[in-house]
Amino acid sequence: MATKLSADVLGNIDHKPPKQGWMDTKPEFLPGTYLYPVNPESLKAIGAPGAREWNPTESDWKLPADWQGTIKAGIKDRLNRFRSFKLFMDICVRCGACADKCHFFIGTGDPKNMPVLRAELLRSVYRQDFTALGKVFKKMAGGRPLTEEVIKEWFYYFFQCTECRRCSLFCPYGIDTAEITIIARELLNLIGCQIDWIGTPVANCNRTGNHLGLQPHTYKENVEYLLDDIEEYAGVRIEPSFNRKGAEILFVTPSGDVFAEPGIFTFMGYLMLFEHIGLDYTWSTYASEGGNFGFFTSHETMRKLNRKMYAEAERLGVKWILGGECGHMWRVVNQYMDTLNGPATFLEKPKSPITGTVFDNAASTKMVHITEFTADLIKNNKLKLDPSRNDHLKVTFHDSCNVARGMGMFEEPRYVLQNVCNNFYEMPPQTTREQTFCCGSGSGLNAGEYLEMRLRGGLPRANAVKAVHEEHGVNMLSCVCAIDRAVFPALMDFWVPGVAVAGVSELVANALVMDGENEREYNLRGEEIPTAGDDDAGEEE
Amino acid sequence: MNVIISLLAVIVLGVIAYVGVEGAGLRVLFGVIIPYAAVLTFFVGMVYRVIDWAKSPVPFRIPTTAGQEKSMPWIKPQPIENPSTRGGAIVRMILEVALFRSLFRNMKLDFRQGPKVRYSSEKFLWLFAILFHYSFLVTLLRHLRFFTDPIPAWVVGLESIDSMFKVEVMTPVIEIGLPALLLSGLVLGGMATLLLVRRLWIPQVRYISLPADYFPLWLIIGIAITGILMRYVIRVDVVGIKELTMGLATLSPALPDGVSGWFFVHLFLVSVLFAYFPFSKLTHMAGVFLSPTRNLVNNSRAVRHVNPWMTEPVKYHTYAAYEDDFRELMVEAGLPVDKELEPEDESADDKGEKE
Ligand code: SF4
Ligand code: SF4
Repeated sequence: MATKLSADVLGNIDHKPPKQGWMDTKPEFLPGTYLYPVNPESLKAIGAPGAREWNPTESDWKLPADWQGTIKAGIKDRLNRFRSFKLFMDICVRCGACADKCHFFIGTGDPKNMPVLRAELLRSVYRQDFTALGKVFKKMAGGRPLTEEVIKEWFYYFFQCTECRRCSLFCPYGIDTAEITIIARELLNLIGCQIDWIGTPVANCNRTGNHLGLQPHTYKENVEYLLDDIEEYAGVRIEPSFNRKGAEILFVTPSGDVFAEPGIFTFMGYLMLFEHIGLDYTWSTYASEGGNFGFFTSHETMRKLNRKMYAEAERLGVKWILGGECGHMWRVVNQYMDTLNGPATFLEKPKSPITGTVFDNAASTKMVHITEFTADLIKNNKLKLDPSRNDHLKVTFHDSCNVARGMGMFEEPRYVLQNVCNNFYEMPPQTTREQTFCCGSGSGLNAGEYLEMRLRGGLPRANAVKAVHEEHGVNMLSCVCAIDRAVFPALMDFWVPGVAVAGVSELVANALVMDGENEREYNLRGEEIPTAGDDDAGEEE
Repeated sequence: MNVIISLLAVIVLGVIAYVGVEGAGLRVLFGVIIPYAAVLTFFVGMVYRVIDWAKSPVPFRIPTTAGQEKSMPWIKPQPIENPSTRGGAIVRMILEVALFRSLFRNMKLDFRQGPKVRYSSEKFLWLFAILFHYSFLVTLLRHLRFFTDPIPAWVVGLESIDSMFKVEVMTPVIEIGLPALLLSGLVLGGMATLLLVRRLWIPQVRYISLPADYFPLWLIIGIAITGILMRYVIRVDVVGIKELTMGLATLSPALPDGVSGWFFVHLFLVSVLFAYFPFSKLTHMAGVFLSPTRNLVNNSRAVRHVNPWMTEPVKYHTYAAYEDDFRELMVEAGLPVDKELEPEDESADDKGEKE
C-alpha cells in the first residue's frame, strides 16, 4: 500500500465539505484508512468484553446482544463520572474555531475530522436520548438514533483522533475533543470494538511488562546487544542492573526504546548518561513499559497497567522513579498516576543524588522526567560535553503533544539541546510548543495497515519540518517521545527525505565526554562523525 | 435549509405574539404570564444545569497546558497559561471569560496543493464574538431603566456613554429630534448578523450548523430589530411600557392600554430567548466557568488529588504472578528472582491477579 502512495495523491486534498449532510454520509472502510480489529484472545486475556472475530469491511459487525443498552448505560454512567464529558456534550456552540486545528482534518479534508464534528458524532446520540430538547425535537435539535451505522462511524473516526488536544487549545470553552474521544473509545470497548494495535499491546503489557510481549530474558539480551554497541562506538563497557532491590532509583522507559531504531539509540543514551554520573539505579523487566496503552482503552485499564510501576518501585525499595522519553507515558504520569494509584508513600520526594536538586514539582508522584533531570545536571555543570560532535547535525525539536498540552514541558528539552549541539533551529511558531502538531500516529494509531492515514495526519508536522529543512538545512528531528521515534522515520521519508529522527538523550550521549572513552569516531548509530577538519562538516544532509 | 427553518420559527413566534395581542387580546398572557414563566425558567433552568454539571465530579486534573510548567527555579514558568497555583488559574479564567483569550489565539489554515500548509492569525471570530457579547451585556444593563425607579445613576451613566458614540440616522422615516441610536443595540444587531453571515459563508461552519445554531441568532436579530423599530420608527407609548415593566419588576403587574403589539413581539422574543437558554448551547454562558481544561491548576505531580469513584483497589498482574510465569527463563538469564526455582512438579495455582 505504501508504495502506491505519492505526495501528489495525498497533496490533492479538498477541504470543502460535500453537499450531502453529515448524518447521511457514511464512512468507507478503504484499506489504509481503517485499523484492524482486535484479536479476540487479547481481549480475553485482560477480561475485556465483546471478544469475537469480526471484520470492519463486512456489513455485519456481530455486535454483542443488547449492544444499544450497553452503550446507553455506558454513556449515562460516564455522564455521572466525568464533568468534562457532561459539560462538553452541552456547551459547544459549533463556532468552528477548532475545525481547522486537527491534523487529520488538514491531511484528509474529511469534515468529520473537524474536532467539533467528531464530537457531534457522539453528541447527536447524547442529544436524542439524554436531553429534553432532543427528546422532543429529535433531528431538528441535532439528535439521531443510535444505530449500527453510528457505531461503525464511531469506530472509524474515534480511531482517527490521536487525542492530541490541539483542538482544545483553541476552543473558547476549552472543550477537549480528546476527552470525548477517550470516552467514546471506552464505549466502543464495552462492545469489543477495539483495534488490534491497542488491544494486543495492552494484553502484552499486562502479562510481560512490555507492549511487544517480549519475555524477561529477551529484554535483557536486547539491552546487552546495545551495551556491545556502546562499547564498540564509545569504548566504554557498561554493566547496568535489572530488578535489583535496594537501588536508589527505578528507571522506567517505553519498551520501544529497547527494541527498535531509532529508539535504541536513545536507550543507549540513557545508559551512557547514567554511567557518566554514576547513578545508583535499576531497570525492571516486570515494569518495563512506561507507555500505557491502557490509556487508549479505558481509565480502568490505564490504572491497571500504571499500577505496576508503583508496585515495582515498592518491591525493589527504591527512593523514587525516573521516567524516560515518552509522550503518553508522561501524560498519564502527570495527569493521572497519583490519582489512580497514589499515594506513593513508600517513595521519597525525588532528589537528584548528583546535584542535590529537590524536584518539588514531582513531590507527590515521586517521578521525574529524564529531560528535567538532564537539564538540571547540565545547569549544575555535572556533565562533560563536547557539543561539536553534533556539528554535522542541524537539529530541530518536536514538542510531543502529550508533553506539551498535557504537561507543559517546553524549556527543558530546548535547554538540553542547546547545550549538546551547536545548530538548533525552531520550526515555525504556529507549529511548536503548545501549538505543536501531532506526529499523526499517537494514541495507538501507529499500526502498519494505517500508513496512509498516518501520512495524512502527519502532514502538518512534516510540512513544518520541511520549512526548516529547506531554510536551514535541518537534518535531524529530535523529540522526547517513543511513538514519535517509532513513526517519524516513515513520515520523514515520505514528506521530507533527508531528515533523521533522534531522541534528545541520544544527542546528549553523542556529546558526552565519558571517562575512559575512546576517540569517538562513530556516533551511536555506527556512523562516522565528520571531524572538524572535513570541509563539508556541518554541510551534509 | 436549517437557516430558513430557524428564521421561519422566529417569524412565526413574532406573528403569534402580534396576533395574540392585537387580534385575540391576550395581553395578560403575553405581557405577564409568559414573561414571568420565561424568567423563572431561565433562573431555575440555569441553576439546575449548573448543579447538574457540578454533581459530576472532576476525577482527574486535565488542564490544557498552554505554557511552560513550573519545574526548576531557573526555568521561567508561565503561571497563567499553565497555572501552578489557584491564583494563576483564576487569572486564566478571568482572561478567558472577559477577553476570550483562547479564541484570540485563533489561526486560519491556508492550504495549498503541493501540499503546502501555512497558518495565519484569524481574529474576526474573536472580534465579532467579543463585540457581540459586550454589546449584549450593555443592552441588557441599559434596559434596567425600564425596571427601576428612580433609575440608578450608573444605568444613566452607561446609557450616556453608550450614546456618546451615537449614530445619527437621518432618513425621511425618522423624525429629527428622536433619541440617537444607541451604539450597543446597533452593534448587537450587527454582530449577530455578522455571526450569521459567517456561519453561512464558511463552508465548514455551514456544514456543522444545526437549526439550534441559527435559531438564537435570528431570535437576537429579531429582538434587536423590534427594539430599534420601536425606538425610531413605530410610535410606542414609552410611558405605558415603563408602567408595564415596572409592574412586572415590582410583582404587581399592570397592563396599560395603548401599548403597541410591536412591544409584545419584542417582549415575547425576549421571553423565548430566556426560556430557551437553559435547554440549549446558550448554557455555555455558565458552563465556561466549569470547564476542567481551563479552571484547574496543573499541579498533579506535586499534590495528590483524589478520584471520588475510583476507590476500590485495582486488580493488576503482580510481580509474583509474573515471576511464576517466567521464573525459569529469568534464572537462566541471570535475573534475580524472589522465589528460587524449586524441584519439578511444583503446583502453582496462583491466578495471577491480586487486589
Ligand atoms: S471551538 Fe469549541 S465551541 Fe467552537 S466548535 Fe469547536 S468545540 Fe465547539
Ligand atoms: S484531539 Fe487532536 S486528533 Fe483529536 S480531534 Fe483534537 S486535534 Fe484532532
